[in-house]
Amino acid sequence: MSTSPRLLVEPGRVVLSGCWTLAEMLPQLPALEAELVACAGHNEWDLSAISRLDSAAAVLLWRTWGARWPVGLVADDLHRQVLERVADLPLEIAEQARPRRRFPEMVGALLLKAVGNLRGMIALFGQLLLDVAYLVRHPQDVPWKEFTANVYKAGAQALAVTALVGFLIGVTISYLSALQLKSFGADLFIVNILGISIIRELGPVLVAVLVAGRSGSAMTAQIGVMRVTEEIDVLSTMGISRTIRVVLPKIFGLTVAMPLLVLWTSAVALFGGMLAALLQLDLSFAYFVDNLPRAVPVANLVIGLSKGVVFGFVIAIVACHFGLHVKPNTESLSASTTSAVVTAITTVILFDAIFAVFTRNIGVP
Amino acid sequence: MKPSPVIELNGVGVSFGGKAVHHDLSLRVEEGQIVGLLGGSGSGKTTLLREILGLLQPDAGTVRLFGIDLNEPDVDRQRNLRRRLGMLFQQGALFSALSVFDNIAFPLRELRCLDADWIRRLVHLKLAMVGLEPAHGKLMPAELSGGMVKRVALARALALEPELLLLDEPTAGLDPDRSQNFVELVGSLQRELGLTVVMVTHDLNTLAGLATHVAVLADQRIIAFGPKAEVMTVDHPFVTGFFGADRRKLL
Repeated sequence: MSTSPRLLVEPGRVVLSGCWTLAEMLPQLPALEAELVACAGHNEWDLSAISRLDSAAAVLLWRTWGARWPVGLVADDLHRQVLERVADLPLEIAEQARPRRRFPEMVGALLLKAVGNLRGMIALFGQLLLDVAYLVRHPQDVPWKEFTANVYKAGAQALAVTALVGFLIGVTISYLSALQLKSFGADLFIVNILGISIIRELGPVLVAVLVAGRSGSAMTAQIGVMRVTEEIDVLSTMGISRTIRVVLPKIFGLTVAMPLLVLWTSAVALFGGMLAALLQLDLSFAYFVDNLPRAVPVANLVIGLSKGVVFGFVIAIVACHFGLHVKPNTESLSASTTSAVVTAITTVILFDAIFAVFTRNIGVP
Repeated sequence: MKPSPVIELNGVGVSFGGKAVHHDLSLRVEEGQIVGLLGGSGSGKTTLLREILGLLQPDAGTVRLFGIDLNEPDVDRQRNLRRRLGMLFQQGALFSALSVFDNIAFPLRELRCLDADWIRRLVHLKLAMVGLEPAHGKLMPAELSGGMVKRVALARALALEPELLLLDEPTAGLDPDRSQNFVELVGSLQRELGLTVVMVTHDLNTLAGLATHVAVLADQRIIAFGPKAEVMTVDHPFVTGFFGADRRKLL
């Protein structure tokens, strides 16, 4: 007995034999379909020689017959059952309607989403204030363990990567500026350029971008997965506030860790700059360190560190907001993590610009 | 020519972190059998299914499906082999980013041979088979109840009407009425298509209603395999403990 599906046209009737299953039909599907189409006019069909008939083949036959029973059909009860199941399907199965959106609708939806996110973040901020007020009255509920764990994860474990990036940026800026300054004979201004740019601007922004990618995404993913696996709901059923136990330690942990990271990265970046200046301009470490306080008023350090505090807070609140709004599917998790990092970095740059405008008269000698 | 057995495990051994889960395990399932795989919790039932699927490579021994070794290097043969089996995972494992309709249509679309109308009819057929409405096709997996997830997962496993169907706890979490429907559904499919089914189950009713053969997994190997009635009489602490007073119910 052959297993491949066969079709034989005898005078007045069509005889099918073999194994009419999807797996067996696949290799010769186009040929079979063409043969069936050619037989579509026949009214006598003999299916009794078929050894197997699966629903894919049944659908194929049913379509060939133009969705009605042929006048003369010979088939086993078993195969007839399969065909009946296909026949019982509604004639016209509506296509899955895909809503088409026009351009203004898309812009509007995007705008509404942005407003919704802003609202969510403000609500989270408000919840945070309420939680702080609660914790002031109930100091024994302060989640110290989670807080320190977050400082360690977001701060201590980021020391190596921020140092490496800071050092390389310091070397690069120092090297490029040295080339320019040399041609003007203004070698000594390298201290001013490096000091102001790194301490006031580059250090905080650099760390913020790194931390947003490193800790911000981790926070969103962690809270998101906790939502997908219903761990967040477990906390609620145990009467433990999810904002106090999960969100608050993350936000305050990063707010504390960020200025420390900024200080550390700026220091390493300055060291890189000093090293490049020594090699390129023969400027000794001692001269550099002696002149740094004169060239860079201490206000710049204060601005840099306050930027660190604000950026850390912004990154954490954005990350937590997106994490709490993950829907329980993989697509939403990846979309939320992406949005969290992009939004965090954009917001950080926005706040940096605001800082620049409001501190334009401070700390410039 | 005698057809090669659907599943053939020979001297399979696997261990996790130095702890042996299976040792010198052998099993031979012939075409058309419905095998109920029994074993205490933690006895490695799901691990055995994963070995049969090729998701877990055993440390020792060979696994052959339809006479083809799972370590066969030919990619095309491997893919064709995978199309001949369907698996229902314990938690459903639906693609959470796709709707119910797309989940079931996924394996059909992957064949790249069927047109949209054909796929649509087949998907609605599968939905009807497992007792779901066409309207359910639009839902996302997150919106389904536990029992519905299971039924959609079964519909997906059946999409290609595979020759070998592996079921991990198919009726757990279904109400008795639904699990009876399920037993009837798999039974009728088996008769129509000559499916071979291997299922892990703890539900005696499912076992009684569906299984033709029973395999008992204990002491890191299959201690008994054979027709239901035969296995009942095996004198092993697990078998007597598992069936206990219900022993007669199964016969």
